[in-house]
Amino acid sequence: MMNNPSAPAIRFDKVSRHFGEVKAVDLVDLEIGDGEFFSMLGPSGSGKTTCLRMIAGFDRPTSGEIHLYGQDVSSLPPYDRDVNTVFQDYALFPHMNVEANIAYGLMVKNVPRQERIKHVEEMLELVQLSGFAGRKPSQLSGGQRQRVALARALINHPKVLLLDEPLGALDLKLRQQMQIELKAIQKRVGITFIFVTHDQEEAITMSDRIAVFNQGKIEQIGSPSDIYERPASSFVAGFVGTSNLVGGRIAKRTTGSEQTFSIRPEKIHIGSMSDKPASDMISLDGVIRDVIYLGLFTRYLIEIEDGVDLVVVEQNLKSTSMDVLSAKGHKVRLSWHRDHISRVGG
Amino acid sequence: MLNRISTYFYQRPKLVLALFLAPPMLYMLVVYLGSLFSLLINSFYSIDDFTGIIVREFTMRTYTQIFNITNREIVFRTATMALVVTIVDALIAFPLAYYIAKFASPRLKTWLLIAVTIPLWSSYLVRVYAWKLILAKEGILSWFISLFNLTGALEWLLGLPGIGGSSLSLSPIGMFIVFVYIWLPYMIIPIQTALERVPGSLLEASSDLGARPSQTFRTVILPLAFPGVVAGSIFTFSLTLGDFIIPLTLGNSKFFIGQAVYSYQGTGGNIPLAAAMTMGPVVIMVLYLLIARRLGAFDAI
Repeated sequence: MMNNPSAPAIRFDKVSRHFGEVKAVDLVDLEIGDGEFFSMLGPSGSGKTTCLRMIAGFDRPTSGEIHLYGQDVSSLPPYDRDVNTVFQDYALFPHMNVEANIAYGLMVKNVPRQERIKHVEEMLELVQLSGFAGRKPSQLSGGQRQRVALARALINHPKVLLLDEPLGALDLKLRQQMQIELKAIQKRVGITFIFVTHDQEEAITMSDRIAVFNQGKIEQIGSPSDIYERPASSFVAGFVGTSNLVGGRIAKRTTGSEQTFSIRPEKIHIGSMSDKPASDMISLDGVIRDVIYLGLFTRYLIEIEDGVDLVVVEQNLKSTSMDVLSAKGHKVRLSWHRDHISRVGG
Repeated sequence: MLNRISTYFYQRPKLVLALFLAPPMLYMLVVYLGSLFSLLINSFYSIDDFTGIIVREFTMRTYTQIFNITNREIVFRTATMALVVTIVDALIAFPLAYYIAKFASPRLKTWLLIAVTIPLWSSYLVRVYAWKLILAKEGILSWFISLFNLTGALEWLLGLPGIGGSSLSLSPIGMFIVFVYIWLPYMIIPIQTALERVPGSLLEASSDLGARPSQTFRTVILPLAFPGVVAGSIFTFSLTLGDFIIPLTLGNSKFFIGQAVYSYQGTGGNIPLAAAMTMGPVVIMVLYLLIARRLGAFDAI
């Protein structure tokens, strides 16, 4: 197998996957660089998992080509691809202990037993599970199974590691810890990680770049800050974090164009009616209709005019719950910087 | 009133459990284990050779009769047949069960499962006699074989010592065919159930880690389906061991255990010997289950 090390790790060339009438993946072009931590983000049914399964070889494109380091792998079976997967349900072999699970990839390649044991120990150390070699998967916690699945996939030193919502089944604390650990492991082994998730926070925390999927197509590819600060479409603005979408007459009044723009709730400043915003600021007047106290911050719902509400989030730096809750019904002047809006078309 | 009764039971979960369990437990103890126990007791009695009356005194004499050459041959013959039937049933059932569990669409799966179980709706006797007609000398099978000019091969097969006979319907080969057919559903269903429980992601993971399909089969599918194979083999093996209708209908003068028991207690009137003979399959099955447990067949249950 000839590989070109300077070629991108993964390249999608007009890849489509149709299930009958349904276009699960629709003419996707994509390049993922060597050593990148790349996330595929999107709601369920958006095509991200199908893309992952086509890279792994569990599914084949209806049309188009998938290249792995310059080699067309579209029609290769999974066992002939230098790619490994961490499954959503971990898919550990229940009849084998941790050691046999991790060594599986080496075992099927007839690597001698002594060497296998050595590599398994290295892997157990990498995922901090030394001493667990003899346990059965049923004797492990969710987080530990997750680590075994990771070790099992990494022992083959694949060119690309695919992770299919691997943290979905863990509780919040453990998930946050694993996010940091996964990123650290990825840096250490230097392998390209492709991470499928529907959790935007997870994608933003770990990724070098994110592709946002919607209805079989990629809406936007970019760094986490690109995606968050400059969403390319109203879908991205709405899916990644919360956004206020402003269009029509109000957009025209504030920006001079009817084109819809998005503004993040935390970028909006709530001021009093006597405020005189600077010239590079956009301002709108409204009435506080609802206040939701959330401890760390407060979420306000502010009515600009009939049927047009903006969500504004402010940190509770100096205010107490008494202060913020009494603000309900007050007239306020909202303002935000011109640079903080993002045109999303339409 | 009704409310008070339900509250009464709600507060006494152990009483509810006892009420639910008592009838089946009683049935198990009296009818099931009781009859087995009576069998065991009878096997230690003996028969007075002169009067033909059962002597109700503890003796091992009846058991020594089992180990005479005729009875040893009967046990060996039956166990061999049971083993071969089990192996062949497993080989036939596995691919079918695998297809039903992993490839068939839900619709096709329903139809295939109905097709597998439909023979169980009709009488076992009817099916055995139907096979007797199929296998008869002038039957449809020999006619079919003659169409391919293979009558010679059939005659050669029937000429084999030990398993041959005058026709398929009167030979161990014919019995074997019917045994394999009759017990096949009991092998397919447990294997299919076991395979059904193997998540598809395990097979994908194996392939993903570099295993070729044959390796995945050997290292993942087979070990996980093994409890199902053992469960199925318990049916096919024990049912063949104890059956007397098929040997009676299709066999020759060489007895099987079931036949021997039937004739000892019926025409022979020797109930102690029939009881002792029945203990043979029981002991064989206990040994079989112990070996199966050693092989880890019940680990996954």
